[in-house]
Amino acid sequence: MGFIETQNVTFSYGTGESEAPNNVLTDITMKIEKGEFVALLGHNGSGKSTLAKHFNAMLLPSGGKVYVDSMDTLDESLKYQIRRKAGLVLQNPDNQLVASIVEEDVAFGPENLGVPSEEIRVRVDEALKAVGMYEHRSHAPHKLSGGQKQRVAIAGILAMEPDCIILDEPTAMLDPQGRTEVLDTIRKLNREKGITVVLITHYMDEAVLADRVVVMDDGKILIEGTPKEVFSQVELLKNHSLDVPQATELIWRLRQAGFDFPGDILFEDECVSVLEKALEGR
Amino acid sequence: MALLELRDVTYIYGDNTPFRSVAVDHVSLSIEEGEYIGVIGHTGSGKSTLIQQFNGLLRPTSGQVLLRGKDIWAEPKKIRSVRFAVGMVFQYPEHQLFEETVLRDIAFGPKNMGLSEQEAEERARAAAGFVGLREELLEKSPFELSGGEKRRVAIAGVIAMDPDVLILDEPTAGLDPSGRNLLLNQIEKYHQERKNTVLLVSHSMEDIAKAADRLLVMNHGKVELFEDTKSVFLKEEQLEKIGLRVPQITKIMRSLYDRGIPVDPGALTVDEAIDALVPLLKGGERR
Amino acid sequence: MIRDITLGQFVPGKSILHRIDPRVKLLLTFLVIVFLFVAGNFISMGLMVAFVLLAMILSGVSLRLYLKSMKAILFIVIFTSLLNLFYGSGEPLVQLGFLKITLDGILRAAYISLRIICLVFISSVLTFTTSPTDLTDALERLMKPLRYIKVPVHEIAMMMTIALRFVPTLLEETDKIMSAQKARGADLESGGIFQRIRALVPILIPLFVSAFRRAYDLAMAMECRCYHGGDGRTKMKQLHLRSHDYTIIAVTICVCAGVILINIFLPGMV
Repeated sequence: MGFIETQNVTFSYGTGESEAPNNVLTDITMKIEKGEFVALLGHNGSGKSTLAKHFNAMLLPSGGKVYVDSMDTLDESLKYQIRRKAGLVLQNPDNQLVASIVEEDVAFGPENLGVPSEEIRVRVDEALKAVGMYEHRSHAPHKLSGGQKQRVAIAGILAMEPDCIILDEPTAMLDPQGRTEVLDTIRKLNREKGITVVLITHYMDEAVLADRVVVMDDGKILIEGTPKEVFSQVELLKNHSLDVPQATELIWRLRQAGFDFPGDILFEDECVSVLEKALEGR
Repeated sequence: MALLELRDVTYIYGDNTPFRSVAVDHVSLSIEEGEYIGVIGHTGSGKSTLIQQFNGLLRPTSGQVLLRGKDIWAEPKKIRSVRFAVGMVFQYPEHQLFEETVLRDIAFGPKNMGLSEQEAEERARAAAGFVGLREELLEKSPFELSGGEKRRVAIAGVIAMDPDVLILDEPTAGLDPSGRNLLLNQIEKYHQERKNTVLLVSHSMEDIAKAADRLLVMNHGKVELFEDTKSVFLKEEQLEKIGLRVPQITKIMRSLYDRGIPVDPGALTVDEAIDALVPLLKGGERR
Repeated sequence: MIRDITLGQFVPGKSILHRIDPRVKLLLTFLVIVFLFVAGNFISMGLMVAFVLLAMILSGVSLRLYLKSMKAILFIVIFTSLLNLFYGSGEPLVQLGFLKITLDGILRAAYISLRIICLVFISSVLTFTTSPTDLTDALERLMKPLRYIKVPVHEIAMMMTIALRFVPTLLEETDKIMSAQKARGADLESGGIFQRIRALVPILIPLFVSAFRRAYDLAMAMECRCYHGGDGRTKMKQLHLRSHDYTIIAVTICVCAGVILINIFLPGMV
């Protein structure tokens, strides 16, 4: 069994009888393995955030099942155990910090879990070091940059010692530097600590960093696969109002014009070397 | 005569306090009528403070701001008229919506200008058209709309004042790719039709490259570069030094150029790159 | 700019008073305030003044900041001392029409002024050396027994924590909204009272909407972090009384005892 598994999950808001069933999610079946880095991609309103909130029992399926580490999210008694195992980081870094001192905010999760004081101290220090915010531990959150706040939010989840971190568009409100900081942190946690990462985003250049990309559209899974498999479907993505990296678009359009290039170019250097090779022969 | 001009403008936050910081440092520049200018710089480079000098939201600590040759602070009591001439859309402008209907919210600016109820409404309808808001949304509460629609309502609220200069601070932040492209296209169309000056602040070099004729690059409160878009993006090393990058497509073309392939190293869009590469691939010669 | 206002007046530092248990500081400050009123004559008041001065020196905070905190209530000090100055009994020293100044009046005025000034200074010592978070924490711990009479102590403390966290954020937000509406030509500065109140609507509505959105997000974030009220909750920070805490308690109690003894054996004026 995967670490997170959804079986035919359907979700709709508002259960009024007169309303036609308006599904936000329709028949989603997917599996996320332990240690994987999965990007969940889709435009606004595609259902990607709604799905993410099913992964830590913040939302419960209207139909179907969600299992987190073999625990059924519909089982009310397992709620906090699930949330401890699969932590959720939200979009707006300003609105998810509770305390007015960084280290006390990070301690909030473990305090709720009833962890003994001495151990909280150890966990908080470790979590802050893991996201590179240890030297800011006694600062006030509102004086930090967006990227720093978001890293503190990640530390707050880390201190609960989760197996999986779900991040709901964590970089949407950040400047390029903040985005880089947060992405580097996420990748480090995935590689060095083996933490399962589910990154919800609409930035293609973030999705290419993942092991696997799942593209959502209209509450359904449109395609999934490795970044190369997914981004080679340029036409499909464009038809569903998603973007592809400029390198991919360039090569795709040259292919459309009848030139022979590989269909799975994602990065600048790949693009440059295939173009150079093609032009060298002339 | 330049439309907007800064003469040796300095702005200091918290002057005479321990928190004193110089956000804009002796900046002089001028902007002509009808230009589309991109403003770039990393967070804290002073670009947000700079753009607030243009419409008199912040008063320079020293130096002058001239609109059509007249010092905007010559008569501080009349500063509101400057704000009608230089429209400013802040980041996340949807957070400023407050009226009962979309139409009334858009008409807030025109009404503040002293226009009659009817004129204000006409302006509001025209502005709604410019940002592509459907007619049936106008009588709804702005709080019922989607994020992208709210954003367009807020932008329409500034366009409705019919400013000579439109300043947009990261208008596409937080929108998804389709929302981003839609909005940028609408701004472009508005610029083409009205022939007025637009200043676009953005972190997305790809967006800036597509839209702007000239780039204002800010660093540490000073103007680092103020040149046409292409020549700015040709200075990749200089940009990287101050924490900025060039569009991916420019980088690719630059690498090809460096490897001896005769392409324009300053190509700004995928279209330009295709135009350059297709003839070469069809059998051009090496340099 | 609104965002320059900072909440509380905490001055970070490493003085002995900064390191004292906030619970001890809170209780002792309260005790000192009570004894400022118990002190019945100039000798016992002198003892209290000396004690307050000692605390100010130990806090390591510059005198300038203390004087600044005085500024806000300077008017009250002058007003009350003037009142007392003219209401003294006994032989007038100076007669200004119907106003007379007596020795008794001068002493009274000086005495009352000293009391108010000490009151402000000792409260400032507390707020200068204790961060708002520590104060909240101390309050929560000291009020804990009130749980038994169904006072929601944890909830009150949580509300204070969140308020401390979000006040700066909301002030910044107010600033932004004001700028945005000014850019649309909102006139916040002129007009009569009704016009000015009306002019606040475009600021207050977006502010409320934003506060609700933030509250919704925060509630979700807290749930994600397994918040379920105060039951079974632990705290990272543990407070233990250490030797310097006992020393300060002992000194303060000695001073208070001194005040009582002086009051009894040297019943003087006032």
